[in-house]
Amino acid sequence: MLLSLISTIDTEGLATDFYGLLQSFYHAPMYHIVLEILLFFSVMWLLFFRKPHPIEKKLTEKEKQELIDEWQPEPLVPAVDPNHPALNVRVLDGPVGKHITIDNEESLNFATLNFLNFVGNERIQNKSIQAVQKYGVGSCGPRGFYGTIDIHLELEERLARFLGCEEGIIYSYGFSTIASIIPAYSKRNDVIFVDEGVHYAIQKGIEASRSHIKWFKHNDLNDLERLLIEQENLDKKNMKKARATRRFLIVEGLYMNYGDLCPLPRMVELKYKYKYRIFIDESVSFGTIGQTGRGITEYYNIDRHQIDLISSTLEYAVGSIGGFAVGSSFVIDHQRLSAQGYCFSASLPPLLAAAAIEALNIMEENSDLFETLMYKSKQLHNKLIAIKGYVIQGDYLSPLKHLRLPDEFNTIGRLESIVHFAQTKHITITVARYLQDEHVLPQPSVRLILNVDMSEEEMDFLCAVLQEALVVTM
Amino acid sequence: MLASKLVETSTITTQHRCTRFQTFHHETQKMDCEKLEETEDNYECEEFEETPLYAAVLTYLSYAILCIFGWLRDFLRQSYVERKKGALDPNAKLGFVPLYQSYESFYTRNMYTRVRDIFNRPIGSVASSEFDLVERVSDDYNWTYRYTGNKIRAINLGSYNYLGFAEKDGPCATAAINSIKSYGSALCSTRSELGTQSYHIELETLLAEYLGVESCIAFGMGFATNALNIPALVSKGDLVLSDELNHVSLILGIRLSGAKIQTFAHNDMKDLERKLHDAIVYGQPRHHRPWRKILIVVEGIYSMEGSICRLPQIVELKKKYKAYLYLDEAHSIGSMGKRGRGIVDYYNMNPNDIDILMGTFTKSFGSSGGYIGGKKSLIDHIRINSHANCYASSMCAPVIYQILSSIRIIMGKDGTKEGIRRIQQLADNTRYFRKNLVDMGFIVYGNKNSPVVPMMIYMPARVTRFNREMLARGIAVVTVGFPATKLLEARVRFCISASHTKEMLDKALSAIDEVGDTISLRYSKRHEHRRLKDLK
Repeated sequence: MLLSLISTIDTEGLATDFYGLLQSFYHAPMYHIVLEILLFFSVMWLLFFRKPHPIEKKLTEKEKQELIDEWQPEPLVPAVDPNHPALNVRVLDGPVGKHITIDNEESLNFATLNFLNFVGNERIQNKSIQAVQKYGVGSCGPRGFYGTIDIHLELEERLARFLGCEEGIIYSYGFSTIASIIPAYSKRNDVIFVDEGVHYAIQKGIEASRSHIKWFKHNDLNDLERLLIEQENLDKKNMKKARATRRFLIVEGLYMNYGDLCPLPRMVELKYKYKYRIFIDESVSFGTIGQTGRGITEYYNIDRHQIDLISSTLEYAVGSIGGFAVGSSFVIDHQRLSAQGYCFSASLPPLLAAAAIEALNIMEENSDLFETLMYKSKQLHNKLIAIKGYVIQGDYLSPLKHLRLPDEFNTIGRLESIVHFAQTKHITITVARYLQDEHVLPQPSVRLILNVDMSEEEMDFLCAVLQEALVVTM
Repeated sequence: MLASKLVETSTITTQHRCTRFQTFHHETQKMDCEKLEETEDNYECEEFEETPLYAAVLTYLSYAILCIFGWLRDFLRQSYVERKKGALDPNAKLGFVPLYQSYESFYTRNMYTRVRDIFNRPIGSVASSEFDLVERVSDDYNWTYRYTGNKIRAINLGSYNYLGFAEKDGPCATAAINSIKSYGSALCSTRSELGTQSYHIELETLLAEYLGVESCIAFGMGFATNALNIPALVSKGDLVLSDELNHVSLILGIRLSGAKIQTFAHNDMKDLERKLHDAIVYGQPRHHRPWRKILIVVEGIYSMEGSICRLPQIVELKKKYKAYLYLDEAHSIGSMGKRGRGIVDYYNMNPNDIDILMGTFTKSFGSSGGYIGGKKSLIDHIRINSHANCYASSMCAPVIYQILSSIRIIMGKDGTKEGIRRIQQLADNTRYFRKNLVDMGFIVYGNKNSPVVPMMIYMPARVTRFNREMLARGIAVVTVGFPATKLLEARVRFCISASHTKEMLDKALSAIDEVGDTISLRYSKRHEHRRLKDLK
């Protein structure tokens, strides 16, 4: 039916070739052409240029009220496990020295980080007491607003002089020291090369800085060079950006989580080749490593002017509270206006500054303390590796060691039972505690700390108890 | 353009203040007193008089002139006409990328250094109502200092010593000294390992009783209490509504936590309600999933404004929209309220209505450190997850014993009325001082009862001159300008203490009267300008 309809149409009038098409175009009425063009354009617009409008969902007041009534927030905090170790800590009573008292029982202390045994030292206590009698306890203000006490200035000068640097700056809390220093220098577009094994405060400082972070494997210089070469290639592509990007290398002198030293000499060489600035955190190595306790730069005999900033805490070897940083005036002075933990926080209580100054005096007078500490660390290391069944991690002259069980057996539960057993034998040790969101969570371990006043017999006793613990807990 | 450049140079400005620097008039021009009766018991009477036009114009002009001179001097330094003072980068010639942007240090070199002597003044004695300032002289316009060895005795209107516990003798100092003898001055371990002693537990129990909450935990640094514990409470997927004038430690803590932050206008309850409403109705941006929880963060007393938060309305909103409340009482604990228990006590509210009560020991207790109080489940969670609890050294004995003895005195547990006397004295001093300043015609911000008294000066040159003139008359004050405050609103902030006697306050008032007359600081349009002698 349709075919017959088509066949009856006058085929002569239809254009069958291009010439005919043009002819019909000329003969067509104007309105027809205009209409066709408009149609063409509207099809084109519909297909390519119209953005689909989402259908606006305007909620009515009733719906909004329903949403508000229905919404249930999560509880402020999730349920806690009452057996978590942080809720069941051992409570001490009395000064923290070579011996500590827990539940009226005295035990040997291999767990707290007072390497030089300054807590309880008479000279330091007397100076602290004198400071309280002159200045009271608190400093009642931040450094900018009458919280700067002459004793703070004295401590800063002493620390700078001790380490042979131009200027020093002190903070009132060890954790906040490096966590405020890093964001003061490194900003959003800068690059930080950092060792994977750094401790948590450095990780928080890096997070606060919002810079590009390049982690390299712990103490692996090849990995670091690889990252540096990558960065150099990136720089070549965009020279203008490279000239505005600062680079930093952040390492620790003696790693708290591993007990080993960082390979500093090569890092200093690379500094001048790849043009980055080095910040070293010597929290554990200040006052423990080096002939006179001046840290890892003394150990490796590196000129401290080549290091841009050395930071440390006053809470371990020095036996006080707080932290500090030393370096050239150019670098350190910047923190006085831009380090948040310095500008917006109350300053260090003067009695703690006095304790730190006296501790520095003792450190300068008795420089054989450090030789003794290093010698005893080596002794302890040899004794520990002689015990079968433990894996010791840490440099042989580090006073901080990590003790683990061989691979499959190394669980927190077993380590806790070893600690518990040791406590019954009057030896206090502790499992190292970490939060779950560390960048690289270290394997569970017992952190052993050597106090400089420990005698060889006491170290032997420790090893005997550890040996027994293995037998009892396996 | 000028102002925006200065904003970028500021390294301490919080993100909150940056967004509002363009406002010419202080937005909260409303005087809340007009709605409520002007009585002695009026808790919420706060005044924020608007900036006078001529002061604003002159302030902008001052900064413009400073900038022009700064550029000129920088140019002279670049072309070696003037010698570069200040430290130089030892690595400068070795091809290292410069450590600081030149525009960051523009402000430091050209504006801050000129007036550097009014900040960071060292003291040589206890920071009580009168103290000794260490005299320092500069021979080269504040680039370096020389200590002459002399001491200047001055009345202290700058230190945070609200209840007067910064004392070098007395029961608190004796307790601290005895504790040093018994326990030493450090602990060298964290709370989660072996840093807990019996006195930590004693402090936390006493503090919980003092605040009226179930449980408490204390830390060694107030700044760190905020910055390291907020990440344990909120995380990605949560919303934090924070007042625009919150302290840097709160902002840092919220930023580190990964939660989304929205600011509401200072003390503006309508804005807060609108934001709460929209947050629940529209959910997270882009994908509109509901928020996991909402936390409102406010402070008790805002230290630069002297204003207090509207706690009853906030608690009402919080209950209506099922949000949680974090109250930072750094300045208000001990200094507000009939029994010295803070803003909660001031408004006679139930402390259990506030989910997280935070405060510091530095201001009213004469010590150092911070605490968080709340329900036991909250505190247990913080013990497990707090960065400070797990990695930072625990507080030392003398600091704790100072706090213990001062809390006992405030609570009256030592058997005397000393605590009540101090609280009353502080309230009287505050009212007296504020009333006189306002009656003289100065612009004073903040709540009538807050011991933080900011008085407006506006122009940078007047700020410096005020500070120096006051010191010459034996009064040490704290003056703050940009970037700690908005560009236009430089001010002097007086901190009243219970240990100030009426004579000291009168001496201070007459000095302010004299200096205020010399450099024309009486800006107020609402109050008559009078001299001090006319008020008697």
